[in-house]
Amino acid sequence: MVRHYTRLSQRNFAIDTHFYPLGSCTMKYNPRAAHVAALLPGFANRHPLAPESTGQGLMACLFELQEILKDVTGMRAVSLTPMAGAQGEFAGVAMIRAYHVARNDLERDELLIPKAAHGTNPATAAMCGYRVREIDVRADGDIDLAALDAAIGPRTAGLMLTNPSTLGVFDRHIEDIAQRVHAVGGLLYYDGANLNAILGQVKPGDMGLDVVHLNLHKTFATPHGGGGPGAGPVGVGERLLPFLPVPMVGESGGRYYWITEKTRPQSIGRLSTFAGNVGVLLRAYVYARLVGREGMARIAQYAALNANYLLERLSRLGFEPAYPGRRAAHEFLLTLKGLKERSGVSALDVAKRLLDKGYHAPTIYFPLMVPECLLIEPTETESRDEIDGFVAAMAEILAEAETTPELLKAAPHTLPVRRVDEVRAARELDLAWRAHPATA
Amino acid sequence: MPFTPHTAAETAAMLETIGARSLDDLFDEIPARLRSGPLAGVPQALTEQEIGRLMRERAAADGEFLTFVGAGAYEHHIPAAVWEIAGRGEFYTAYTPYQAEASQGTLQLLYEFQTMIASLVGLDCANASLYDGASALAEAVLMAVRLHGRSRRVLIPETVHPLYRKVVQTIVSAQSITLDLVPMDAAGITDAGALALRLEGAAGLVIPQPNFLGCLEDVHAMAAAARAAGVLAIGLVNPIACALIVPPGEWGPGCDIAVGEGQPLGAPLSSGGPYFGFMACRREHVRQMPGRIVGRTVDVAGHEAYTLTLQAREQHIRRSRATSNICTNQGLLVTAATVHMALLGPEGLRRVAAAAHANTAALRARLTAIPGVRAAFPDTPFFHEVVLRLPVPVPEVLRALEAQGILGGCALGEFYPAFTDSLLVCATETKTETDIAHYAYHLERIVTRRRLDPPCAYKDDNPRSP
Ligand SMILES: Cc1ncc(COP(=O)(O)O)c(C=O)c1O
Repeated sequence: MVRHYTRLSQRNFAIDTHFYPLGSCTMKYNPRAAHVAALLPGFANRHPLAPESTGQGLMACLFELQEILKDVTGMRAVSLTPMAGAQGEFAGVAMIRAYHVARNDLERDELLIPKAAHGTNPATAAMCGYRVREIDVRADGDIDLAALDAAIGPRTAGLMLTNPSTLGVFDRHIEDIAQRVHAVGGLLYYDGANLNAILGQVKPGDMGLDVVHLNLHKTFATPHGGGGPGAGPVGVGERLLPFLPVPMVGESGGRYYWITEKTRPQSIGRLSTFAGNVGVLLRAYVYARLVGREGMARIAQYAALNANYLLERLSRLGFEPAYPGRRAAHEFLLTLKGLKERSGVSALDVAKRLLDKGYHAPTIYFPLMVPECLLIEPTETESRDEIDGFVAAMAEILAEAETTPELLKAAPHTLPVRRVDEVRAARELDLAWRAHPATA
Repeated sequence: MPFTPHTAAETAAMLETIGARSLDDLFDEIPARLRSGPLAGVPQALTEQEIGRLMRERAAADGEFLTFVGAGAYEHHIPAAVWEIAGRGEFYTAYTPYQAEASQGTLQLLYEFQTMIASLVGLDCANASLYDGASALAEAVLMAVRLHGRSRRVLIPETVHPLYRKVVQTIVSAQSITLDLVPMDAAGITDAGALALRLEGAAGLVIPQPNFLGCLEDVHAMAAAARAAGVLAIGLVNPIACALIVPPGEWGPGCDIAVGEGQPLGAPLSSGGPYFGFMACRREHVRQMPGRIVGRTVDVAGHEAYTLTLQAREQHIRRSRATSNICTNQGLLVTAATVHMALLGPEGLRRVAAAAHANTAALRARLTAIPGVRAAFPDTPFFHEVVLRLPVPVPEVLRALEAQGILGGCALGEFYPAFTDSLLVCATETKTETDIAHYAYHLERIVTRRRLDPPCAYKDDNPRSP
């Protein structure tokens, strides 16, 4: 049994084994000190309903993490309970809704979301009962202010914004945007999945945002575990304070206690049975303490350095940036539209060929609005050598695209399996093994 | 220590390639007035040795207790191999398996997981996890409403975990879905008469087994009544119990959806998380299921291969019309659970369930022999958890037990006003006869107000037998 699962593990790419520049995912080194700390018996064996008196050590860590995240985001208070980014978004939008309802402002039924936004943004808006209005993005990657003006109005509950956006650029008109949304009585939501780009450089609170979620499984180096668990804490400004999800940790005279719905009657409520993904929060706390005050700013600097260096090197090879002339944030977007037209080689083919060369592929076909795109995020924990190796692989692939495009279209060739038939997977559903296949 | 490997020379050379004078230049598109100063609220960095020491001190301060609390999170033995394997970098540090060819390990494991969950609950297909039991129940409620199409009212028994009910309320309320509470009867299970009155026109019925109070519901009748009324049946189950008692796929005509908390399958208690929620359903409902689903298929050479499938349900494709906003789930916990289930096998799971149940039965017998302590539902069948009524105030008892290193149970008063004198207790297979005797000894001493000599609250590791 152990051998079976060990061998399965060897059929994976992972940060520990491969450069993994998956855009929007911040695949950085996951320090093992954090893992060891979270599994200490006093933490790992503690029952969630054990009394506060038996959780003072744990709650000290959670309280301090709340304080650290408050400073990093520039918000007034933070709740750690959301279990992933999407649940943080849910909490944030539910708070926006609760705020309007509390003011008896009931006509607002629309959320504005830029076209480039991550799919969880519109999906969350719908879960919270809002209609989604998409806002166009200009050719330079910034939000189209004219389109914003045309969409905004008395029905606007708020705007969900990612900055730097998922196009890999920082929206330079953020203050204008905030001003316009606030002018009509809407609130601003900040999707903090890209916080790695601006850690210690600029705070969402200073940009005028009212509510923020973070992805600790990205920015705070907790492992992604092949699909989770994550943690998506939410931070809020003054207006949304009463609505934060519970539980949170409070402190009084050196004692820590749970803040619950009893003292927060306007809270949007609970999002998990107990207190969220505590073990992930402990890992993020250890990471934050290891990195420290100066280290935080260094993270964004080196994430930006690696991204801009890689963008420059790839541009010189002839790859086409989707937003030329713009600084990369911690990631950047290439479009292979030209390559596809010339050689028939698609973003998918390039991604699969990268696997053959020992690199995990970047994010592909996201954002949906940019054709044949690769979203590339090297993160700060990669060395120049590693990035240079990736550049060399991309150069080889470019040459292959011109000379032997069929090689790319059939890639990968060296992995445990060849290209997987996803169409068949969806058409002939086989979702569970059966000793005697059903004859249905 | 920000884990940046660059030397000063490399940094300079890279800046030169970019054509930037300094690292600060890289932020020149951010309006200068927005730039922040030092992060005063973030402490100075600690070394790995220093943070290790701090965390050990804090963990030690939280102590280790003999735990008889269940109430949704259960202490089970986890074989050492489980987290050794789940902690391997190849699983621990991989992302969601978007690139199938580079993620066959995770994908095959998830397919195995789906197979195990589907067979455990007796339904056709399972997804690759949701966040936890409570949020999985919320997703099941939303799914039932979508499948039903005409009603936005879902029946939830009062015997469902009270914290689950709160979470479901938080998550579904924005979509104007009504949760209709079905009261319990004197036997600690859902009142059949009250249920019958509410069924017509509902979209779904949640059927907990065992319920929060440890009692076994009349699940066959409930599932049959739901089916007859055109209401979707949602089984809410403990996966360990499924190894021993009839699974939701076989309740009456069978449930439509089954969900539950996966924590008992290899996740440490960890103050409440990370755990994972699981969800399974009948084949015809699969296109309304939220979350990742892995399918088995072939590669271009015809060899067996695995991939994420039915992605057109999900947020990255369907956006505001997706079945859910969930993206990241609880992958690593699922890895642990798959290894855990594979190591135990069906027989091992059954033995765990039987041992936990036997221990709780023994605990109930010992504790109800104490004068004034009685079972709240003496005639109702139960699984590995029971409610006891105490003759002295529950908070006092719990405090006194805590002083002896025992977490005595979950006080029910906070959740059920009629049960302020009640304690929900659980003894899993991790408890020995001595542990149970130890608990009984101290509880008897406390309720009969006998005192140890010396009469101070110190940790008594060596109880004389009562
Ligand atoms: C920009 C953005 N927003 C939101 C999310 C959702 O986060 P999660 O997967 O943790 O739910 C992601 C990542 O997947 C993201 O990249």
